[in-house]
Amino acid sequence: MSQGSGPGFRPASGRSEAPAPLLANVLLFGRVLRRAGLPVSLGQMLTFLEALEWVGITDRQHFFHTARSLLVYRREDLSLFEAIFLKFWRSEHPLDSPRGQKAPRAPRHDLKPVPFTIANYLAHKARLFDPEIEVTDRSGSFSDQEVLQRKEFSRMSEEELAEVRRLLSQLRWKLSQRRTRRWVSARRGRRVDFRKTLRQASQWGGVALSVPRRGPKVKQRPLVLLADISGSMEKYSRLVLQFFYCVSQSLGQVESFVFGTRLSRITPQLALRNIDRALEEAALEVVDWSGGTRIGESLESFNRQWSRRVLRRGAVVIVVSDGWDRGESAELGAAMRFLQHRCHRLIWLNPHLGKSSYQPLVEGMQAALPYVDDFLPVHNFHSLEQLAERLQDLPRRR
Amino acid sequence: MLDSIESTLEALGGQSYLADPALGTSLFLALKMGKPLFLEGEPGVGKTEVAKVLSRVFETPLIRLQCYEGLDLQQAVYEWNYPRQLLAIQARPTGSDASGEVLEDIFSEPFLLKRPLLQAIDASQDKPPVLLIDELDRADEEFESFLLELLSDFQITIPEMGTLRAVHRPMTLITSNRTREVHDALKRRCIYHWIDYPSPERELEIVRLKLPEVAESLARQVVAFVQGLRRQEWVKLPGVAETLDWAEALSHLQVQRLELATVEATLGFLLKYQDDVEKVKSGVGAQLVREVLAKEEDESG
Repeated sequence: MSQGSGPGFRPASGRSEAPAPLLANVLLFGRVLRRAGLPVSLGQMLTFLEALEWVGITDRQHFFHTARSLLVYRREDLSLFEAIFLKFWRSEHPLDSPRGQKAPRAPRHDLKPVPFTIANYLAHKARLFDPEIEVTDRSGSFSDQEVLQRKEFSRMSEEELAEVRRLLSQLRWKLSQRRTRRWVSARRGRRVDFRKTLRQASQWGGVALSVPRRGPKVKQRPLVLLADISGSMEKYSRLVLQFFYCVSQSLGQVESFVFGTRLSRITPQLALRNIDRALEEAALEVVDWSGGTRIGESLESFNRQWSRRVLRRGAVVIVVSDGWDRGESAELGAAMRFLQHRCHRLIWLNPHLGKSSYQPLVEGMQAALPYVDDFLPVHNFHSLEQLAERLQDLPRRR
Repeated sequence: MLDSIESTLEALGGQSYLADPALGTSLFLALKMGKPLFLEGEPGVGKTEVAKVLSRVFETPLIRLQCYEGLDLQQAVYEWNYPRQLLAIQARPTGSDASGEVLEDIFSEPFLLKRPLLQAIDASQDKPPVLLIDELDRADEEFESFLLELLSDFQITIPEMGTLRAVHRPMTLITSNRTREVHDALKRRCIYHWIDYPSPERELEIVRLKLPEVAESLARQVVAFVQGLRRQEWVKLPGVAETLDWAEALSHLQVQRLELATVEATLGFLLKYQDDVEKVKSGVGAQLVREVLAKEEDESG
């Protein structure tokens, strides 16, 4: 559509006093919106033009509200839209320099130079392994793998960790299911499917020769992953991210968050197909790699901002942390209580738990423990396998 | 009837609903273009109320579908009246074996139970009704995809009977509390509007309009207190509905000046989570009451 009104778009300083045709301006506006990352379709632009006939273009506020209600359909985009609108329609001659229109870009299209972070480093290392090398890796004898499975992550070398990551991507994840309230045809269902029964009966002259049944539909539970990536967890955070990535790829309905002193949601990043890019993008989203920890505060902001949206329909929550908390332990306790009351099962994975000498004496861990349903170790690969088994077979009640 | 944004706002105002110009624009366009209006916003900002007011403005029935998990076609669109069908089969003269006829018979309109969505496109109505699909975020994704078909063509296909098409397109409103993201494909068929909490001035106007019996000074204090609460972080912020409830309660208690003790005793009207109530009691409330009273003295003196 930009082609159609091509000549009108040239910067024309000579005729800037003549008002540019509205149509061209509106179309250009649509283009600017799209360039900024707002998903505005041609259909929406046409509807907008149609609506202008009724609303008129004399009242600036009406014009703005009309544009907003027809071109935006996500709350997140509202402020970006407003910023662009104000910028675009402020000057009387927006056609003066279409190239100079610098709308703020939506964050997802922002390509910043990549800073050095653990995940980037991990991604870089991962690139060194091509698939062919992986095949030769598999030739490692069975007993080697056995040793690897029991070895603690914190004592592994770079190569061993890479091997663990490969094993991780082979693990099959399955989450326990729940009955939904939707009913579908089921051979041994509890309810009679009257509609089918009668339809068949009427074909048999009104005699119900068979009685089809309906039962509840079962669905996988939603899963919410929350990982501590503060300084004390640094050596695990790369593995944790990889673990999150594998789980999100093999299960639907997974939401991932990481926190140190504040919470970041990395679900959209982990949905990328390419693992390197996924981890890179996730690393960009996170502001405080290896900083301090405020578990209570982070969980509380999760509760406030996200719990109502992601803890639905009997979700399972997994928190990965060692419980070293610099915040108030009372706050952590309250946040955990809130969290536990709103999910089907709250699982805490602690990397230190596998060590025989470990006692959960840290204040933060003490505050959180009363509200944890399963307190499990994640210190070696074997414990991850156990977790996978556990997730498949969660008890129906606490 | 409503041929401009101003007249839309006026009509809403005539039914004691104070809408801001943005909502007026969205609603006007939705009616004019025959598109559904998708209202999103926190609970208690007056989303459902828009539909009720609209049905009063046009003097047309309001058909409401409350969504919930597992909502299916039988509850939302239509169901066959099985007992009646069974009786009809039994009652038919013995010896007749025209099974095709029976099928046609018992799957026809007299045996059909019309649920809200079918009622909304029912041809027997003389003017378009208001259809409210309330809290769509509570329904599951399966139901959403069904709605896609209904909302684009306003027609419903019943396999045994054929396709029923709306003679009058219902004025459709969909609300969501955003406990989950509704699919873009559905939103794109609608006019989208996010209802925010009202500004202090507008909220005060709403209280005045809805509760004329509440004293002006108390109304100001109530609104100032609630607006103060909304500036902080809570599990669940109080909506306009809560403001109105609280103002009414305080007025029944014959309160003229907010006091901490009264506020704490009636907090249940505003905050619905124990965590929030405790936070107010731990000092936030006292601070807010002081601010509100200081401001009130400025305004009245």
